[in-house]
Amino acid sequence: MKRHHPCGSMEHGLSRRAFLNRTSLGSVGLAAGLGDIITSRTTIAEQVQAKSKRVLNIFLHGGVSQLETWDPKPNTDTGGPFRAIPTSVPGMHICELLPHTAKQMHRLSIVRSLDTKNGDHARGVAEMTTGRGRMPGADFPHLGAVTARALMPETFVLPGHVLIRSSPGGRNVESEFHSAAYLGPRYASMALYDANPPKFEDRPSEITDEADVRRNAVRARANERFLRRRRTAETEAYNFSYDQARELLANRHVFEISRESASDQERYGTSQFGKHCLLARRLLENGVPYVQVNHADYDTHHENFDFHIEQLGEFDQPFATLVADLADRGLLADTLICVMSEFGRTPKINKTYGRDHWGTAWSVVLGGSSIQPGAVIGKTNANGTEVTDRVVDHGHIFHTILQAVGVDSMGEFEIAGRTFPVADPSRGAIAELLT
Amino acid sequence: MTANATVNPQQTKLLQEYKLDRPLTACHWDPQSRFIFCGAEDFLIHRIDPASGEKITLAAHDSWIRAFGSSSDGETLYSGGYDGRLVFWPACAAKPEPLRILEAHQGWVRAIAVSPDGKHVATCGNDRLVKVWDAATGTLVREFSGHANHVYNLIYSQDSRQLFSCDLKGIVNAWALDADKPRALVTVEQLHGYDTTFRADIGGARSIALRGDGGQIALGGITKVSNAFAGVGEIIVALVNPADGKLDLVLQSKDKITGTTWGLAWHPDGFWVGVSGGGGGGWLYFWKGDMAEEFFRLQLKNDGRGMSLSPDGKRVAVAHVDNHLRTYSLV
Repeated sequence: MKRHHPCGSMEHGLSRRAFLNRTSLGSVGLAAGLGDIITSRTTIAEQVQAKSKRVLNIFLHGGVSQLETWDPKPNTDTGGPFRAIPTSVPGMHICELLPHTAKQMHRLSIVRSLDTKNGDHARGVAEMTTGRGRMPGADFPHLGAVTARALMPETFVLPGHVLIRSSPGGRNVESEFHSAAYLGPRYASMALYDANPPKFEDRPSEITDEADVRRNAVRARANERFLRRRRTAETEAYNFSYDQARELLANRHVFEISRESASDQERYGTSQFGKHCLLARRLLENGVPYVQVNHADYDTHHENFDFHIEQLGEFDQPFATLVADLADRGLLADTLICVMSEFGRTPKINKTYGRDHWGTAWSVVLGGSSIQPGAVIGKTNANGTEVTDRVVDHGHIFHTILQAVGVDSMGEFEIAGRTFPVADPSRGAIAELLT
Repeated sequence: MTANATVNPQQTKLLQEYKLDRPLTACHWDPQSRFIFCGAEDFLIHRIDPASGEKITLAAHDSWIRAFGSSSDGETLYSGGYDGRLVFWPACAAKPEPLRILEAHQGWVRAIAVSPDGKHVATCGNDRLVKVWDAATGTLVREFSGHANHVYNLIYSQDSRQLFSCDLKGIVNAWALDADKPRALVTVEQLHGYDTTFRADIGGARSIALRGDGGQIALGGITKVSNAFAGVGEIIVALVNPADGKLDLVLQSKDKITGTTWGLAWHPDGFWVGVSGGGGGGWLYFWKGDMAEEFFRLQLKNDGRGMSLSPDGKRVAVAHVDNHLRTYSLV
């Protein structure tokens, strides 16, 4: 008896629109693959342009302080002990804890007016990385999944959505896995830990090339038979994963920062975050559409200032080096950079020199690709307790990131005969930030 | 305590309150008892005349003030800030203007120590350096490197010939003024922790004092930290022998008060005084120094962030989080 897919359909076939697009673009290798989706309002030309784009998302877990980074308020009741320093953009100041980043601000922009109305870690992570308000029972795809889905060419042999982070052991709000939700598991994250490449297992030497070809043929036949009866997104993803694993073996060098020059390794430093940034550069150079680097932890309820010295001391130089390298190598025009967190920290300094959770007035940095460089969007009041101009939230940031890499964020994914908005339809991009 | 005790810690009581506009960060009693100097979460020094209650401000820092010191005659005040500056002031002037502004450290000046002979002022900071300045001219006399971490505190030996410094990881170095390299005195493990959950170091000597005979250094801080980012740890004072680096005793609180020891002093009657702030609230502690637990403890109105003993030993000034400087009488 032939089984139908659980959803009844066509999940793995091509939609009419996708079919038309694929036949038009197949010769240049741009069709997206499994259950192909194309945003409905996007022209083919725009999609072509988008395909060479990439997203680098630096996620500062725990809630980095906007006052100790992008929106300093020195010598106010909330400002803390740090000073503001000038940047490479006249009139733009950031916190003195970021001297190297300050020299790269002509390549970046600051959005100082986030009001996400949230002080919960898990909710903040979910909302900032899906661009949607969290709703019980609803599972939206991570920014990385959306990006990979939209930008990854079908013939791309590497994972399209890579998360670089520390080994598990930190708090569970530092995500280990990014869901692709209805986009399918193929677009979920592949995690790399501690700057190490994936754990490769070479083929045992006693298995010859010829034997390997034969056994793969057996596997493929068995697979095909199985798929005729049980075809689901998961089985497709499994098959894809197997093929991808073989490709990863063949391309393992992409994940090995030891192949970078000694001088480059020195420039990025010995900290784990430095190594993660160098690995991110390597992946982006090899065309991985979405790379996220997590850095933890910024949840500084106690001694916020000491800990921000410590954490931002790790962050500043490698991040600035990465921005400069992407620019020098001609990649910045096609690479969207974002530095986000799940929320900011309270302007009020608590009794143990800490700052608590704060989603009411905080900042995100964007740069590269189609982001206007050197801009400051939005404004907070004198001591940072409220946004006074251009309130935005996670939804606006999500749209802006996607539009900056050429994805029509107002479009829809068409999957299994159903349509899903690419991003929250009630929000839109920060238009003035896009060139 | 000596037989000729001049104070009775069990009688400690609130004496005076002085309200400022911001939470306080540090305080320092002028050696001649004329003034109490305070730092607050502004960029000013606040000079308070405890007799009249008159307050004036001294402006030269570009950040909060973290540390104070004085010449023995009290005529010169030294202030160190989160801006890395060491500033010399005419302490008693009607409207003090800086005598000297030194860009002393890259990053915070975390502590100041004045040599007992009055010749030198030493500072330490986030650039991992210990520096010695000529107290008369402000000239840099020595610069010592050897700590691998932020240097949190320092103090002179009684004979002014050695400096003892303690960093974030509880590493205590002894610096002879005529030597280039430090003598590693001891690592006080209890003064440091690495929080594997938050991936951050916490610790250091947040306060320091020398016993009256010079035979013991007290290092105050936080210990047994189970959550660095929430400040869940207990107050601690480690007593170290400066001659051989031996950890003589670790002072704690009977009820394992959560917090950090932000201020320490040796009382001439022969006991240690400490102040804490943190999750467990503000407390004044009195330890005899030969047993781990305090012989008396007084809960304060609010958390303490700094403490200074009056020159006559009869009062204690505490810098509080709730915008107040409070003095407490020990008699």
